[in-house]
Amino acid sequence: MSSATILRAVLSQPSGAIGVTLVVGHVLLAVLSPLVLPHDPVAQSAELILQAPSLSHPFGTDRLGRDILSRTMLGGREAMLIATLATLVAMVWGATVGLFLALIGGRTDAYAMRIVDALSSIPGILIVMIFVAALGVGVTALIPILGFSYGLSVVYIARAAALDFVARDFVLAAQARGEARATILIREILPNVRDSLAVQGAMQWSWLLLGIASLSFLGLGVAPPAPDWGLMIADGRGVMQTAPWAVLWPMAMLSSLIVGVNLAADAFSKALGVDRQMGVRAA
Amino acid sequence: MFALILGRLGAAWITLLVIAVVVFVGVELMPGDACTALLGRDAVRVEVLENCRDRMGLNRSPVERFFAWAGDLAQGDLGVSMKRERPIVDIVGPRLRNTLILAVAAALAGVPLAIGLGVMVALRRERPFDIIVSTTALVAMTMPEFVVASLLILIFAIWLGWSAGVVTAAYDAPALTLLFATPLPAVTLALVYVAHILRMVRSSVIDTAGADFILMARMKGVPERRIVRRHLLPNAILPTIPVIGLTLAWLLSGVVIVESAFNYPGIGRLAVNAVADRDLPLVQAITLIFGLIYVSMTLIADLLAMALNPRLRTRRL
Repeated sequence: MSSATILRAVLSQPSGAIGVTLVVGHVLLAVLSPLVLPHDPVAQSAELILQAPSLSHPFGTDRLGRDILSRTMLGGREAMLIATLATLVAMVWGATVGLFLALIGGRTDAYAMRIVDALSSIPGILIVMIFVAALGVGVTALIPILGFSYGLSVVYIARAAALDFVARDFVLAAQARGEARATILIREILPNVRDSLAVQGAMQWSWLLLGIASLSFLGLGVAPPAPDWGLMIADGRGVMQTAPWAVLWPMAMLSSLIVGVNLAADAFSKALGVDRQMGVRAA
Repeated sequence: MFALILGRLGAAWITLLVIAVVVFVGVELMPGDACTALLGRDAVRVEVLENCRDRMGLNRSPVERFFAWAGDLAQGDLGVSMKRERPIVDIVGPRLRNTLILAVAAALAGVPLAIGLGVMVALRRERPFDIIVSTTALVAMTMPEFVVASLLILIFAIWLGWSAGVVTAAYDAPALTLLFATPLPAVTLALVYVAHILRMVRSSVIDTAGADFILMARMKGVPERRIVRRHLLPNAILPTIPVIGLTLAWLLSGVVIVESAFNYPGIGRLAVNAVADRDLPLVQAITLIFGLIYVSMTLIADLLAMALNPRLRTRRL
Protein backbone atom coordinates (compact mmCIF):
# COMPACT_ATOMS: atom_id res chain seq x y z
CA MET A 1 0.00 0.00 0.00
CA SER A 2 1.32 3.40 -0.88
CA SER A 3 1.21 6.07 1.76
CA ALA A 4 -1.40 8.02 -0.28
CA THR A 5 -3.73 4.99 -0.24
CA ILE A 6 -3.28 4.59 3.51
CA LEU A 7 -3.96 8.25 4.14
CA ARG A 8 -7.10 8.11 2.01
CA ALA A 9 -8.31 5.06 3.96
CA VAL A 10 -7.69 6.90 7.23
CA LEU A 11 -9.42 10.11 6.18
CA SER A 12 -12.44 8.28 4.81
CA GLN A 13 -13.33 7.20 8.36
CA PRO A 14 -15.00 10.03 10.29
CA SER A 15 -12.96 9.31 13.42
CA GLY A 16 -9.77 9.24 11.36
CA ALA A 17 -10.55 12.56 9.69
CA ILE A 18 -11.32 14.20 13.05
CA GLY A 19 -8.24 12.68 14.70
CA VAL A 20 -5.81 13.68 11.94
CA THR A 21 -7.29 17.20 11.78
CA LEU A 22 -6.89 17.63 15.55
CA VAL A 23 -3.31 16.37 15.56
CA VAL A 24 -2.24 18.40 12.51
CA GLY A 25 -3.92 21.49 13.96
CA HIS A 26 -2.15 21.06 17.28
CA VAL A 27 1.25 20.52 15.68
CA LEU A 28 0.80 23.56 13.43
CA LEU A 29 -0.28 25.67 16.40
CA ALA A 30 2.69 24.51 18.46
CA VAL A 31 5.09 25.36 15.65
CA LEU A 32 3.57 28.67 14.56
CA SER A 33 2.24 30.13 17.81
CA PRO A 34 5.42 32.00 18.82
CA LEU A 35 5.01 34.09 15.64
CA VAL A 36 1.46 35.23 16.36
CA LEU A 37 1.48 35.47 20.16
CA PRO A 38 -0.82 38.30 21.34
CA HIS A 39 0.93 38.83 24.71
CA ASP A 40 4.05 37.82 26.60
CA PRO A 41 3.07 34.47 28.17
CA VAL A 42 5.04 35.02 31.38
CA ALA A 43 4.45 38.75 31.89
CA GLN A 44 2.61 39.23 35.18
CA SER A 45 0.41 42.19 35.93
CA ALA A 46 -1.18 43.18 39.22
CA GLU A 47 -4.00 45.09 37.49
CA LEU A 48 -5.02 42.18 35.30
CA ILE A 49 -5.50 39.44 37.91
CA LEU A 50 -8.26 36.93 37.04
CA GLN A 51 -9.92 39.07 34.39
CA ALA A 52 -12.85 37.51 32.56
CA PRO A 53 -12.42 37.03 28.80
CA SER A 54 -12.36 40.38 27.00
CA LEU A 55 -11.29 41.75 23.61
CA SER A 56 -7.65 42.26 24.58
CA HIS A 57 -7.52 38.98 26.53
CA PRO A 58 -10.01 36.69 24.70
CA PHE A 59 -9.34 33.76 27.11
CA GLY A 60 -9.08 35.92 30.24
CA THR A 61 -6.13 36.17 32.60
CA ASP A 62 -4.84 33.91 35.41
CA ARG A 63 -4.17 34.59 39.08
CA LEU A 64 -0.90 36.33 38.26
CA GLY A 65 -2.47 38.45 35.54
CA ARG A 66 -0.89 36.48 32.70
CA ASP A 67 -2.69 36.20 29.36
CA ILE A 68 -4.31 32.77 29.15
CA LEU A 69 -4.65 32.79 25.36
CA SER A 70 -0.89 33.17 24.89
CA ARG A 71 -0.16 30.57 27.56
CA THR A 72 -2.68 28.13 26.09
CA MET A 73 -1.19 28.53 22.61
CA LEU A 74 2.28 27.66 23.91
CA GLY A 75 1.14 25.17 26.55
CA GLY A 76 1.71 22.00 24.53
CA ARG A 77 5.10 22.79 23.02
CA GLU A 78 7.40 21.52 25.73
CA ALA A 79 5.28 18.45 26.52
CA MET A 80 5.00 17.56 22.81
CA LEU A 81 8.74 17.92 22.26
CA ILE A 82 9.63 15.82 25.29
CA ALA A 83 6.97 13.22 24.43
CA THR A 84 8.38 12.97 20.90
CA LEU A 85 11.95 12.43 22.09
CA ALA A 86 10.87 9.96 24.77
CA THR A 87 8.75 8.07 22.21
CA LEU A 88 11.84 7.74 20.00
CA VAL A 89 13.83 6.36 22.93
CA ALA A 90 11.00 3.97 23.88
CA MET A 91 10.46 2.71 20.34
CA VAL A 92 14.14 2.20 19.55
CA TRP A 93 15.06 0.28 22.69
CA GLY A 94 11.73 -1.52 23.05
CA ALA A 95 11.59 -2.65 19.43
CA THR A 96 15.25 -3.70 19.33
CA VAL A 97 14.96 -5.80 22.48
CA GLY A 98 11.53 -7.21 21.60
CA LEU A 99 12.48 -8.23 18.06
CA PHE A 100 15.78 -9.75 19.17
CA LEU A 101 14.11 -11.76 21.93
CA ALA A 102 11.54 -13.11 19.46
CA LEU A 103 14.31 -14.15 17.09
CA ILE A 104 16.58 -15.69 19.73
CA GLY A 105 13.85 -17.43 21.73
CA GLY A 106 14.66 -20.16 24.24
CA ARG A 107 16.02 -19.52 27.72
CA THR A 108 17.39 -16.04 27.06
CA ASP A 109 13.96 -14.94 25.89
CA ALA A 110 12.19 -16.56 28.86
CA TYR A 111 14.51 -15.01 31.48
CA ALA A 112 14.58 -11.59 29.85
CA MET A 113 10.80 -11.51 29.65
CA ARG A 114 10.53 -12.30 33.36
CA ILE A 115 12.61 -9.20 34.06
CA VAL A 116 10.42 -7.16 31.71
CA ASP A 117 7.36 -8.58 33.53
CA ALA A 118 8.76 -7.50 36.89
CA LEU A 119 9.61 -4.03 35.63
CA SER A 120 6.16 -3.64 34.10
CA SER A 121 4.50 -4.46 37.38
CA ILE A 122 5.69 -1.16 38.81
CA PRO A 123 3.46 1.66 37.54
CA GLY A 124 5.42 3.79 35.06
CA ILE A 125 4.60 6.98 36.91
CA LEU A 126 6.22 5.58 40.08
CA ILE A 127 9.41 4.56 38.26
CA VAL A 128 9.64 8.12 36.98
CA MET A 129 8.82 9.52 40.43
CA ILE A 130 11.70 7.61 42.07
CA PHE A 131 14.03 9.42 39.70
CA VAL A 132 12.35 12.77 40.32
CA ALA A 133 12.84 12.17 44.04
CA ALA A 134 16.53 11.61 43.53
CA LEU A 135 17.34 14.02 40.71
CA GLY A 136 14.90 16.83 41.42
CA VAL A 137 12.29 18.28 39.09
CA GLY A 138 12.94 18.82 35.39
CA VAL A 139 11.31 16.87 32.58
CA THR A 140 14.19 17.17 30.12
CA ALA A 141 16.43 15.11 32.39
CA LEU A 142 13.65 12.52 32.54
CA ILE A 143 13.56 11.78 28.79
CA PRO A 144 15.72 8.62 29.08
CA ILE A 145 13.75 7.39 32.09
CA LEU A 146 10.37 8.10 30.48
CA GLY A 147 11.64 6.41 27.32
CA PHE A 148 12.84 3.40 29.29
CA SER A 149 9.73 2.87 31.37
CA TYR A 150 7.26 3.44 28.51
CA GLY A 151 9.41 1.26 26.21
CA LEU A 152 8.60 -1.81 28.33
CA SER A 153 5.21 -2.17 26.64
CA VAL A 154 6.92 -1.80 23.24
CA VAL A 155 9.00 -4.89 24.08
CA TYR A 156 5.82 -6.97 24.43
CA ILE A 157 4.24 -5.60 21.25
CA ALA A 158 7.39 -5.91 19.10
CA ARG A 159 8.09 -9.42 20.39
CA ALA A 160 4.51 -10.58 19.82
CA ALA A 161 4.45 -9.07 16.32
CA ALA A 162 7.78 -10.66 15.39
CA LEU A 163 6.84 -14.09 16.78
CA ASP A 164 4.38 -14.44 13.87
CA PHE A 165 7.30 -14.32 11.46
CA VAL A 166 10.33 -15.96 13.08
CA ALA A 167 9.30 -19.46 12.03
CA ARG A 168 8.29 -18.50 8.47
CA ASP A 169 10.17 -19.95 5.51
CA PHE A 170 11.78 -16.67 4.45
CA VAL A 171 13.37 -16.27 7.88
CA LEU A 172 14.52 -19.90 7.92
CA ALA A 173 15.94 -19.40 4.42
CA ALA A 174 17.86 -16.35 5.57
CA GLN A 175 19.20 -18.32 8.53
CA ALA A 176 20.20 -21.16 6.21
CA ARG A 177 22.03 -18.66 3.97
CA GLY A 178 24.04 -17.79 7.06
CA GLU A 179 22.80 -14.22 7.42
CA ALA A 180 23.71 -12.47 10.64
CA ARG A 181 20.94 -12.04 13.21
CA ALA A 182 20.97 -8.27 12.88
CA THR A 183 20.62 -8.56 9.11
CA ILE A 184 17.67 -10.96 9.42
CA LEU A 185 16.09 -8.59 11.89
CA ILE A 186 16.41 -5.53 9.67
CA ARG A 187 15.87 -7.09 6.23
CA GLU A 188 13.36 -9.87 6.93
CA ILE A 189 11.43 -9.11 10.11
CA LEU A 190 11.35 -5.33 10.46
CA PRO A 191 9.48 -4.70 7.16
CA ASN A 192 6.76 -7.10 8.32
CA VAL A 193 6.23 -5.57 11.74
CA ARG A 194 6.69 -1.95 10.62
CA ASP A 195 2.95 -1.19 10.59
CA SER A 196 2.35 -2.58 14.10
CA LEU A 197 5.29 -0.57 15.39
CA ALA A 198 4.06 2.62 13.71
CA VAL A 199 0.64 2.34 15.37
CA GLN A 200 2.33 1.51 18.67
CA GLY A 201 4.53 4.59 18.28
CA ALA A 202 1.46 6.80 17.96
CA MET A 203 -0.06 5.22 21.07
CA GLN A 204 3.20 5.71 22.97
CA TRP A 205 3.19 9.36 22.00
CA SER A 206 -0.31 9.84 23.41
CA TRP A 207 0.53 7.95 26.63
CA LEU A 208 3.68 10.00 27.07
CA LEU A 209 1.82 13.26 26.51
CA LEU A 210 -0.60 12.15 29.18
CA GLY A 211 2.15 11.02 31.53
CA ILE A 212 4.11 14.26 31.17
CA ALA A 213 0.98 16.36 31.65
CA SER A 214 0.17 14.33 34.77
CA LEU A 215 3.68 14.86 36.13
CA SER A 216 3.39 18.59 35.48
CA PHE A 217 0.01 18.63 37.19
CA LEU A 218 1.60 16.99 40.26
CA GLY A 219 4.33 19.62 40.21
CA LEU A 220 6.96 17.05 39.21
CA GLY A 221 7.25 17.84 35.50
CA VAL A 222 7.58 21.07 33.54
CA ALA A 223 8.79 23.74 35.95
CA PRO A 224 6.85 26.98 36.44
CA PRO A 225 6.59 29.71 35.15
CA ALA A 226 6.78 27.99 31.75
CA PRO A 227 3.41 27.83 30.00
CA ASP A 228 2.22 24.21 30.15
CA TRP A 229 -1.32 22.82 30.13
CA GLY A 230 -0.79 20.45 33.06
CA LEU A 231 0.76 23.21 35.14
CA MET A 232 -1.93 25.70 34.12
CA ILE A 233 -4.67 23.32 35.24
CA ALA A 234 -2.94 22.68 38.57
CA ASP A 235 -2.43 26.41 38.99
CA GLY A 236 -5.99 27.39 38.06
CA ARG A 237 -7.73 24.79 40.23
CA GLY A 238 -7.60 26.98 43.30
CA VAL A 239 -9.51 29.75 41.54
CA MET A 240 -11.92 27.60 39.54
CA GLN A 241 -14.87 29.05 41.39
CA THR A 242 -14.27 32.62 40.26
CA ALA A 243 -12.26 32.05 37.10
CA PRO A 244 -13.20 28.76 35.42
CA TRP A 245 -11.65 29.99 32.14
CA ALA A 246 -8.22 29.57 33.71
CA VAL A 247 -8.62 25.77 33.68
CA LEU A 248 -11.15 25.17 30.90
CA TRP A 249 -8.98 26.32 27.98
CA PRO A 250 -5.91 24.23 28.84
CA MET A 251 -8.22 21.28 29.62
CA ALA A 252 -9.86 21.56 26.22
CA MET A 253 -6.50 21.78 24.45
CA LEU A 254 -4.89 18.86 26.29
CA SER A 255 -7.95 16.65 25.91
CA SER A 256 -8.44 17.43 22.22
CA LEU A 257 -4.80 16.62 21.49
CA ILE A 258 -4.87 13.29 23.32
CA VAL A 259 -8.28 12.26 21.99
CA GLY A 260 -7.10 13.30 18.50
CA VAL A 261 -3.97 11.14 18.68
CA ASN A 262 -6.04 8.17 19.86
CA LEU A 263 -8.65 8.57 17.12
CA ALA A 264 -5.94 8.93 14.48
CA ALA A 265 -4.03 5.90 15.80
CA ASP A 266 -7.25 3.89 15.80
CA ALA A 267 -8.01 4.86 12.20
CA PHE A 268 -4.45 4.13 11.07
CA SER A 269 -4.51 0.69 12.68
CA LYS A 270 -7.76 -0.09 10.85
CA ALA A 271 -6.38 1.22 7.55
CA LEU A 272 -3.17 -0.79 7.95
CA GLY A 273 -5.01 -3.88 9.11
CA VAL A 274 -3.04 -3.95 12.35
CA ASP A 275 -4.65 -5.23 15.52
CA ARG A 276 -4.41 -2.21 17.74
CA GLN A 277 -3.08 -3.40 21.07
CA MET A 278 -5.50 -1.70 23.38
CA GLY A 279 -3.24 -2.19 26.34
CA VAL A 280 -3.83 -0.03 29.33
CA ARG A 281 -2.02 3.22 29.44
CA ALA A 282 1.01 3.14 31.62
CA ALA A 283 0.65 6.43 33.42
CA MET B 1 -2.55 -28.97 38.72
CA PHE B 2 -1.06 -28.31 42.16
CA ALA B 3 2.39 -28.22 40.62
CA LEU B 4 1.10 -25.58 38.23
CA ILE B 5 -0.32 -23.43 41.04
CA LEU B 6 2.90 -23.81 43.02
CA GLY B 7 4.77 -22.79 39.89
CA ARG B 8 2.70 -19.61 39.59
CA LEU B 9 3.26 -18.82 43.27
CA GLY B 10 6.99 -19.33 42.82
CA ALA B 11 7.02 -17.09 39.77
CA ALA B 12 5.17 -14.39 41.73
CA TRP B 13 7.83 -14.52 44.47
CA ILE B 14 10.60 -14.29 41.92
CA THR B 15 8.89 -11.30 40.31
CA LEU B 16 8.69 -9.63 43.71
CA LEU B 17 12.38 -10.29 44.31
CA VAL B 18 13.24 -8.82 40.91
CA ILE B 19 11.11 -5.74 41.71
CA ALA B 20 12.96 -5.32 45.02
CA VAL B 21 16.32 -5.58 43.24
CA VAL B 22 15.21 -3.11 40.57
CA VAL B 23 13.97 -0.57 43.11
CA PHE B 24 17.15 -0.93 45.13
CA VAL B 25 19.51 -0.76 42.16
CA GLY B 26 17.56 2.15 40.65
CA VAL B 27 18.13 4.20 43.76
CA GLU B 28 21.77 3.02 44.03
CA LEU B 29 22.55 4.07 40.46
CA MET B 30 21.48 7.64 41.01
CA PRO B 31 23.91 10.36 41.93
CA GLY B 32 23.92 11.05 45.64
CA ASP B 33 22.16 8.93 48.24
CA ALA B 34 19.48 9.22 50.87
CA CYS B 35 21.73 11.46 52.96
CA THR B 36 22.59 13.98 50.24
CA ALA B 37 18.89 14.12 49.34
CA LEU B 38 17.92 14.64 52.98
CA LEU B 39 20.57 17.15 53.87
CA GLY B 40 20.42 19.21 50.70
CA ARG B 41 22.91 22.07 51.01
CA ASP B 42 24.21 20.81 54.37
CA ALA B 43 25.69 17.83 52.51
CA VAL B 44 28.80 19.87 51.63
CA ARG B 45 29.88 19.60 55.26
CA VAL B 46 31.72 16.30 55.18
CA GLU B 47 31.39 15.46 58.87
CA VAL B 48 27.61 16.02 58.83
CA LEU B 49 27.30 13.83 55.75
CA GLU B 50 29.48 11.07 57.26
CA ASN B 51 27.53 11.24 60.48
CA CYS B 52 24.25 10.82 58.61
CA ARG B 53 25.63 7.94 56.55
CA ASP B 54 26.85 6.19 59.69
CA ARG B 55 23.48 6.63 61.32
CA MET B 56 21.60 5.19 58.33
CA GLY B 57 24.14 2.45 57.69
CA LEU B 58 24.99 3.78 54.24
CA ASN B 59 28.70 3.08 54.69
CA ARG B 60 28.28 -0.64 54.25
CA SER B 61 28.65 -2.31 50.86
CA PRO B 62 25.58 -2.21 48.55
CA VAL B 63 25.20 -6.00 48.64
CA GLU B 64 25.26 -6.02 52.43
CA ARG B 65 22.70 -3.22 52.52
CA PHE B 66 20.44 -4.94 49.99
CA PHE B 67 20.26 -8.09 52.09
CA ALA B 68 19.70 -6.11 55.29
CA TRP B 69 16.91 -4.15 53.55
CA ALA B 70 15.32 -7.22 51.91
CA GLY B 71 15.56 -9.13 55.19
CA ASP B 72 13.69 -6.35 56.98
CA LEU B 73 11.14 -6.25 54.18
CA ALA B 74 10.49 -9.98 54.48
CA GLN B 75 9.67 -9.40 58.14
CA GLY B 76 7.29 -6.59 57.26
CA ASP B 77 9.69 -3.84 58.28
CA LEU B 78 9.70 -1.19 55.57
CA GLY B 79 12.33 0.98 57.25
CA VAL B 80 12.12 4.50 58.60
CA SER B 81 10.97 7.59 56.73
CA MET B 82 13.70 10.23 56.61
CA LYS B 83 11.50 13.28 56.58
CA ARG B 84 8.91 12.11 59.05
CA GLU B 85 11.35 10.11 61.18
CA ARG B 86 8.75 7.46 61.88
CA PRO B 87 8.51 3.79 60.87
CA ILE B 88 7.22 3.65 57.29
CA VAL B 89 4.75 0.90 58.21
CA ASP B 90 2.92 3.33 60.52
CA ILE B 91 2.76 5.99 57.81
CA VAL B 92 1.81 3.71 54.94
CA GLY B 93 -0.64 1.41 56.78
CA PRO B 94 -3.64 3.70 57.30
CA ARG B 95 -3.18 5.38 53.92
CA LEU B 96 -3.00 2.04 52.15
CA ARG B 97 -6.30 1.20 53.83
CA ASN B 98 -7.79 4.44 52.49
CA THR B 99 -6.58 3.70 48.97
CA LEU B 100 -8.04 0.19 49.11
CA ILE B 101 -11.37 1.64 50.29
CA LEU B 102 -11.36 3.99 47.31
CA ALA B 103 -10.29 1.33 44.80
CA VAL B 104 -12.74 -1.27 46.08
CA ALA B 105 -15.63 1.21 46.11
CA ALA B 106 -14.81 2.24 42.55
CA ALA B 107 -14.51 -1.38 41.43
CA LEU B 108 -17.76 -2.43 43.15
CA ALA B 109 -19.62 0.40 41.45
CA GLY B 110 -17.76 0.25 38.17
CA VAL B 111 -17.36 -3.42 37.27
CA PRO B 112 -21.06 -4.46 37.28
CA LEU B 113 -21.98 -1.24 35.46
CA ALA B 114 -19.26 -1.84 32.89
CA ILE B 115 -20.30 -5.44 32.26
CA GLY B 116 -23.97 -4.49 32.00
CA LEU B 117 -23.34 -1.59 29.63
CA GLY B 118 -20.83 -3.62 27.63
CA VAL B 119 -23.39 -6.36 27.02
CA MET B 120 -26.11 -3.84 26.22
CA VAL B 121 -24.06 -1.98 23.61
CA ALA B 122 -22.77 -5.24 22.10
CA LEU B 123 -26.33 -6.48 21.57
CA ARG B 124 -27.16 -3.16 19.89
CA ARG B 125 -24.01 -3.07 17.84
CA GLU B 126 -23.51 -0.09 15.50
CA ARG B 127 -26.84 1.38 16.57
CA PRO B 128 -26.99 4.95 17.96
CA PHE B 129 -26.93 3.76 21.60
CA ASP B 130 -23.76 1.74 20.97
CA ILE B 131 -22.07 4.53 19.05
CA ILE B 132 -22.80 7.10 21.77
CA VAL B 133 -21.75 4.88 24.68
CA SER B 134 -18.66 3.46 22.96
CA THR B 135 -17.44 6.87 21.85
CA THR B 136 -17.99 8.28 25.34
CA ALA B 137 -16.03 5.36 26.75
CA LEU B 138 -13.17 5.96 24.31
CA VAL B 139 -13.05 9.63 25.27
CA ALA B 140 -13.27 8.78 29.00
CA MET B 141 -10.36 6.37 28.78
CA THR B 142 -8.13 8.73 26.84
CA MET B 143 -8.82 11.86 28.91
CA PRO B 144 -6.22 12.47 31.61
CA GLU B 145 -7.54 11.58 35.08
CA PHE B 146 -6.66 14.97 36.46
CA VAL B 147 -8.72 16.70 33.76
CA VAL B 148 -11.70 14.45 34.54
CA ALA B 149 -11.21 15.09 38.26
CA SER B 150 -11.01 18.86 37.86
CA LEU B 151 -14.03 18.90 35.53
CA LEU B 152 -16.10 16.88 38.01
CA ILE B 153 -15.14 19.27 40.81
CA LEU B 154 -16.06 22.26 38.64
CA ILE B 155 -19.42 20.81 37.58
CA PHE B 156 -20.66 18.94 40.65
CA ALA B 157 -19.02 20.78 43.51
CA ILE B 158 -18.79 24.36 42.26
CA TRP B 159 -21.58 24.83 39.72
CA LEU B 160 -24.20 22.42 41.02
CA GLY B 161 -23.07 22.35 44.65
CA TRP B 162 -24.05 18.69 45.06
CA SER B 163 -21.02 17.57 47.02
CA ALA B 164 -17.75 18.72 48.48
CA GLY B 165 -14.99 19.17 45.95
CA VAL B 166 -12.00 17.85 47.86
CA VAL B 167 -11.59 15.56 50.83
CA THR B 168 -10.88 17.38 54.06
CA ALA B 169 -11.02 14.33 56.36
CA ALA B 170 -7.81 13.25 58.07
CA TYR B 171 -6.05 10.05 57.01
CA ASP B 172 -7.27 8.19 60.09
CA ALA B 173 -10.95 9.05 59.60
CA PRO B 174 -13.40 6.12 59.61
CA ALA B 175 -13.88 4.39 56.25
CA LEU B 176 -17.43 5.58 55.69
CA THR B 177 -16.56 9.19 56.50
CA LEU B 178 -13.88 9.13 53.85
CA LEU B 179 -16.09 7.54 51.27
CA PHE B 180 -19.11 9.74 51.83
CA ALA B 181 -17.20 12.98 52.31
CA THR B 182 -17.30 13.20 48.54
CA PRO B 183 -18.10 10.50 46.01
CA LEU B 184 -16.12 12.29 43.30
CA PRO B 185 -12.75 10.49 43.71
CA ALA B 186 -14.43 7.08 43.53
CA VAL B 187 -16.49 8.28 40.55
CA THR B 188 -13.37 9.47 38.70
CA LEU B 189 -11.58 6.19 39.29
CA ALA B 190 -14.72 4.19 38.40
CA LEU B 191 -15.12 6.13 35.15
CA VAL B 192 -11.72 4.94 33.94
CA TYR B 193 -12.47 1.36 35.05
CA VAL B 194 -15.87 1.40 33.34
CA ALA B 195 -14.49 2.70 30.06
CA HIS B 196 -11.79 0.04 29.77
CA ILE B 197 -13.90 -2.90 30.92
CA LEU B 198 -16.91 -1.88 28.86
CA ARG B 199 -14.93 -1.94 25.63
CA MET B 200 -13.41 -5.29 26.52
CA VAL B 201 -16.78 -6.88 27.34
CA ARG B 202 -18.29 -5.39 24.20
CA SER B 203 -15.70 -6.94 21.91
CA SER B 204 -15.87 -10.28 23.73
CA VAL B 205 -19.66 -10.45 23.34
CA ILE B 206 -19.40 -9.46 19.66
CA ASP B 207 -16.72 -12.09 19.01
CA THR B 208 -18.73 -14.80 20.74
CA ALA B 209 -21.90 -13.85 18.88
CA GLY B 210 -20.15 -14.81 15.66
CA ALA B 211 -19.16 -18.26 16.95
CA ASP B 212 -20.44 -21.44 15.32
CA PHE B 213 -22.28 -22.68 18.41
CA ILE B 214 -24.47 -19.58 18.42
CA LEU B 215 -25.32 -20.16 14.76
CA MET B 216 -26.03 -23.79 15.65
CA ALA B 217 -28.39 -22.80 18.46
CA ARG B 218 -30.16 -20.39 16.16
CA MET B 219 -30.56 -23.10 13.51
CA LYS B 220 -31.98 -25.48 16.13
CA GLY B 221 -34.64 -22.85 16.71
CA VAL B 222 -33.62 -21.86 20.24
CA PRO B 223 -35.49 -18.65 21.16
CA GLU B 224 -33.29 -15.54 20.84
CA ARG B 225 -33.60 -14.64 24.54
CA ARG B 226 -32.43 -18.09 25.54
CA ILE B 227 -29.51 -17.90 23.09
CA VAL B 228 -28.39 -14.65 24.69
CA ARG B 229 -28.82 -15.82 28.28
CA ARG B 230 -27.67 -19.43 28.15
CA HIS B 231 -25.36 -19.63 25.16
CA LEU B 232 -23.90 -16.22 24.50
CA LEU B 233 -23.37 -14.39 27.79
CA PRO B 234 -21.74 -17.13 29.90
CA ASN B 235 -19.28 -17.87 27.11
CA ALA B 236 -18.58 -14.21 26.46
CA ILE B 237 -18.26 -12.91 30.02
CA LEU B 238 -16.41 -15.70 31.86
CA PRO B 239 -13.17 -15.27 29.90
CA THR B 240 -13.19 -11.52 30.57
CA ILE B 241 -13.21 -11.95 34.37
CA PRO B 242 -9.46 -12.59 34.75
CA VAL B 243 -8.73 -9.79 32.30
CA ILE B 244 -10.92 -7.49 34.39
CA GLY B 245 -8.71 -8.34 37.37
CA LEU B 246 -5.62 -7.38 35.36
CA THR B 247 -7.24 -4.15 34.20
CA LEU B 248 -8.08 -3.18 37.78
CA ALA B 249 -4.46 -3.87 38.78
CA TRP B 250 -3.14 -1.79 35.88
CA LEU B 251 -5.44 1.12 36.55
CA LEU B 252 -4.54 1.20 40.22
CA SER B 253 -1.68 3.54 39.40
CA GLY B 254 -4.43 6.05 38.57
CA VAL B 255 -4.87 6.58 42.30
CA VAL B 256 -1.65 8.60 42.32
CA ILE B 257 -3.35 11.27 40.22
CA VAL B 258 -6.91 10.89 41.51
CA GLU B 259 -5.87 11.12 45.16
CA SER B 260 -3.73 14.17 44.52
CA ALA B 261 -6.52 15.88 42.59
CA PHE B 262 -9.03 15.35 45.41
CA ASN B 263 -6.63 15.64 48.33
CA TYR B 264 -7.66 12.10 49.28
CA PRO B 265 -5.38 10.83 52.08
CA GLY B 266 -4.23 7.61 50.41
CA ILE B 267 -0.97 6.02 49.38
CA GLY B 268 -0.95 7.69 45.96
CA ARG B 269 -0.93 11.19 47.39
CA LEU B 270 1.61 10.02 49.95
CA ALA B 271 3.83 8.94 47.04
CA VAL B 272 3.65 12.43 45.54
CA ASN B 273 4.42 14.06 48.89
CA ALA B 274 7.30 11.65 49.47
CA VAL B 275 8.76 12.58 46.09
CA ALA B 276 8.36 16.28 46.80
CA ASP B 277 10.15 15.74 50.15
CA ARG B 278 12.77 13.57 48.39
CA ASP B 279 12.12 10.94 51.02
CA LEU B 280 13.76 8.03 49.16
CA PRO B 281 13.08 5.19 51.66
CA LEU B 282 9.38 6.10 51.65
CA VAL B 283 9.24 6.29 47.84
CA GLN B 284 10.98 2.90 47.63
CA ALA B 285 8.50 1.37 50.06
CA ILE B 286 5.47 2.73 48.20
CA THR B 287 6.81 1.53 44.86
CA LEU B 288 7.26 -1.94 46.35
CA ILE B 289 3.71 -1.92 47.69
CA PHE B 290 2.33 -1.01 44.26
CA GLY B 291 4.43 -3.83 42.79
CA LEU B 292 3.14 -6.23 45.46
CA ILE B 293 -0.49 -5.28 44.77
CA TYR B 294 0.05 -5.70 41.04
CA VAL B 295 1.73 -9.08 41.42
CA SER B 296 -0.98 -10.41 43.75
CA MET B 297 -3.74 -9.20 41.44
CA THR B 298 -2.02 -10.83 38.46
CA LEU B 299 -1.65 -14.04 40.44
CA ILE B 300 -5.33 -14.02 41.39
CA ALA B 301 -6.30 -13.29 37.79
CA ASP B 302 -4.09 -16.16 36.63
CA LEU B 303 -5.56 -18.64 39.11
CA LEU B 304 -9.07 -17.40 38.28
CA ALA B 305 -8.39 -17.96 34.60
CA MET B 306 -7.27 -21.51 35.38
CA ALA B 307 -10.35 -22.12 37.51
CA LEU B 308 -12.67 -20.84 34.77
CA ASN B 309 -10.94 -22.43 31.80
CA PRO B 310 -9.91 -26.09 32.11
CA ARG B 311 -7.77 -25.78 28.98
CA LEU B 312 -5.29 -23.64 30.91
CA ARG B 313 -4.77 -26.36 33.50
CA THR B 314 -2.40 -28.43 31.43
CA ARG B 315 1.25 -27.59 31.31
CA ARG B 316 1.41 -27.62 27.56
CA LEU B 317 -0.46 -24.38 27.06
